Amino acid sequence: MAAASFTAAKFLAPVAARSGGERAPPLPAGASSSSFARTLRRGGAHHPRLRTALAVSSDVLAGNKAAHAAASNPAVTREEALELYEDMVLGRVFEDMCAQMYYRGKMFGFVHLYNGQEAVSTGFIKLLNQADCVVSTYRDHVHALSKGVPPRSVMAELFGKATGCCRGQGGSMHMFSAPHNLLGGFAFIGEGIPVATGAAFAAKYRHEVLKESGPDGLDVTVAFFGDGTCNNGQFFECLNMAQLWKLPIVFVVENNLWAIGMSHLRATSDPEIWKKGPAFGMPGVHVDGMDVLKVREVAKEAIERARRGEGPTLVECETYRFRGHSLADPDELRKPDEKSHYAARDSITALKKYIIEENLATESELKSIEKKIDDIVEEAVEFADASPHPPRSQLLENVFADPKGFGIGPDGKYRCEDPKFTQGTAQV
Amino acid sequence: MLGAARRQLGSGPMLGQVLRRLRPAAAAARGYSAAVKEMNVRDALNSALDEEMSADPSVFLMGEEVGEYQGAYKISKGLLDKYGPDRVLDTPITEAGFTGIGVGAAYHGLRPIVEFMTFNFSMQAIDHIINSAAKSNYMSAGQISVPIVFRGPNGAAAGVGAQHSQCYAAWYAHVPGLKVLTPYSAEDARGLLKAAIRDPDPVIFLENELLYGESFPVSAEVLDSSFCVPIGKAKIEREGKDVTITAYSKMVGYALQAAEVLSKEGISAEVINLRSIRPLDRDAINASVRKTNRLVTVEEGFPQHGIGAEICMSVVEESFEYLDAPVERIAGADVPMPYAANLERMAVPQVDDIVRAAKRACYRAVPVAATA
Ligand SMILES: Cc1ncc(C[n+]2csc(CCOP(=O)(O)OP(=O)(O)O)c2C)c(N)n1
Ligand SMILES: [Mg+2]
Repeated sequence: MAAASFTAAKFLAPVAARSGGERAPPLPAGASSSSFARTLRRGGAHHPRLRTALAVSSDVLAGNKAAHAAASNPAVTREEALELYEDMVLGRVFEDMCAQMYYRGKMFGFVHLYNGQEAVSTGFIKLLNQADCVVSTYRDHVHALSKGVPPRSVMAELFGKATGCCRGQGGSMHMFSAPHNLLGGFAFIGEGIPVATGAAFAAKYRHEVLKESGPDGLDVTVAFFGDGTCNNGQFFECLNMAQLWKLPIVFVVENNLWAIGMSHLRATSDPEIWKKGPAFGMPGVHVDGMDVLKVREVAKEAIERARRGEGPTLVECETYRFRGHSLADPDELRKPDEKSHYAARDSITALKKYIIEENLATESELKSIEKKIDDIVEEAVEFADASPHPPRSQLLENVFADPKGFGIGPDGKYRCEDPKFTQGTAQV
Repeated sequence: MLGAARRQLGSGPMLGQVLRRLRPAAAAARGYSAAVKEMNVRDALNSALDEEMSADPSVFLMGEEVGEYQGAYKISKGLLDKYGPDRVLDTPITEAGFTGIGVGAAYHGLRPIVEFMTFNFSMQAIDHIINSAAKSNYMSAGQISVPIVFRGPNGAAAGVGAQHSQCYAAWYAHVPGLKVLTPYSAEDARGLLKAAIRDPDPVIFLENELLYGESFPVSAEVLDSSFCVPIGKAKIEREGKDVTITAYSKMVGYALQAAEVLSKEGISAEVINLRSIRPLDRDAINASVRKTNRLVTVEEGFPQHGIGAEICMSVVEESFEYLDAPVERIAGADVPMPYAANLERMAVPQVDDIVRAAKRACYRAVPVAATA
């Protein structure tokens, strides 16, 4: 890989300045003295020099509770700011409603809420086009919402209703929406990463072999996953292939410091996840995931790189979940001061403050957005509640794209042609 | 996903308190003649782990959240405090990696217990379970044995959708070199887990999340630290003469309930708790079928190439001339588990399904399922 084709230095400069805050003053270009950069230089002249950005975990390691420096000049227009605000509030209000509905027995199983991490979903997904893909985990409701899946169809899915985005067949951990190119919530650790990499492969193939892509460049895939997932082999395997084949993908780590009750620091030998990008020859970026504008800036650069065909980027977003791992988690291991440290950095409150300080909108305009979202979520619940349960016949549908996959019955006909099949009473 | 349903959290007592918390059985309804106490399955598993770890320092436990979190389902509660982090290891989320490490440790003199947070996740480790654990005693001509236990909850949970609700009994039972155990009661859980840990071969130990909180009568013998249940032996949970029902894990409870319903209608069902799927107790199954002349197999997993198919074949091979009716198989629906509660209920066997199958086997008229 030639250094010239690798824009990391250019790319990392603004990032280091932003994400480092007081913890990591940006180093002047070419003057990097980090052991990491030294290692790279020792490793061979064909590696670009990378600047460091201190990772999230350094904050925790040092017990440093310093607030981050705010961005200096407005990075977004009024319209953009309001779009971001609306999307983040939607994510928050929707998830709070899910908790209520879960405790009322309207939804069941494992429900993993996204509260606290909104800046990541909004910061990335609001930059994507319809044709771009999102691949998520079991913590997927809000990624679905940001990608444009209507709140009522996500809520109905959670209620297990026939009007849900997967007709009640998928559930909380498995949101799919083909029209929105939401390629799934994957419930197993790591398994979404290769699938996302495959979608990026397809985008490149369609562009180069089938000559299908639009004038803007490649369709981009964004894969979201947690810190705990970065210890899983599939992550490393895909970093390698994505860079090897220069695939249009952004790997977004939502580092909320915990994997259920396992602290990130107890689970990984080097807690700075972003460093694993350069180890595979791609840029690795650390960003404050509680600041939607910083996330958005990093996301923009990474998505554009991917779109231009320059390959993947690994982005580590330092964030925090405000609730337990799932609604069944007693959440006994996280310390109250850690929780309050991050609660004080709530990304929605911060954006609100920024919007008002920069005179992008008034308090009452923001209030009316909040009101609008409350109504939308309320309506989603009413819709889900009033929707029908899936009919019995649905049990045997969709196992195969070709229903003949159920084979031939004793009468010599395809089982799916037996009327009992659609009534759901067939023995298959 | 974190499976600890709220009702289960915190209900496991600390080790050492286990015995003190034993309550006298209200009614020995399940037919344990010597039953004097009750124990839930969680405590049964916890006490078995504790006793075997204390008896043999080469036994250690590894898996996700087994230590500081006390187990996603609290099965390992108290063990970290008692045995320390050298013997109770919290692993990163890397099933392929830590399972392989467990197997390697078993090659080299230790007796690992690998906990899968649920058996679903063992799919990421299946290469090591099958290639590294199951085959090496054979490949090495007996030089390398692999005394390891893979354990964790298996089978359908509630409302967790297709990826988290699946029974692996048939998957692992397919493989030469593995032993596959499926406890139902507290007695099974304690006795089989202790046997598994002492066994010189790789054992797949399939628990059931929905049974962890269930209490069963246990005799003084079961509570003794020397207690073991032999691997490869089924247990007749209820004697009967008209029809044999085989089941394992949670389905044993359903089969017992079905037998109760059937008895009111004059059908005497014999319920066999398989306990061990591999080796399979063909003798016990065939002896029962020779007595009742009818067979219903019950399993929660998918029907094709499943446990019922194997049992049916065993009976066809050994007792065909004793059969008075076609063998009935009750299994999960041949679809990935749906999320919606009403569809989910249709996708897993219910007590009614077992009752109807038994009646069909006994040539009683059965109304078709009418519920939607
Ligand atoms: C292969 C696999 N192993 C174990 C689990 C159980 N599990 C679900 S979420 C989780 C923790 C994930 O942590 P992280 O990647 O940091 O994501 P977060 O939940 O914090 O968003 C674990 C261990 C799983 N889903 N898949
Ligand atoms: Mg995490």
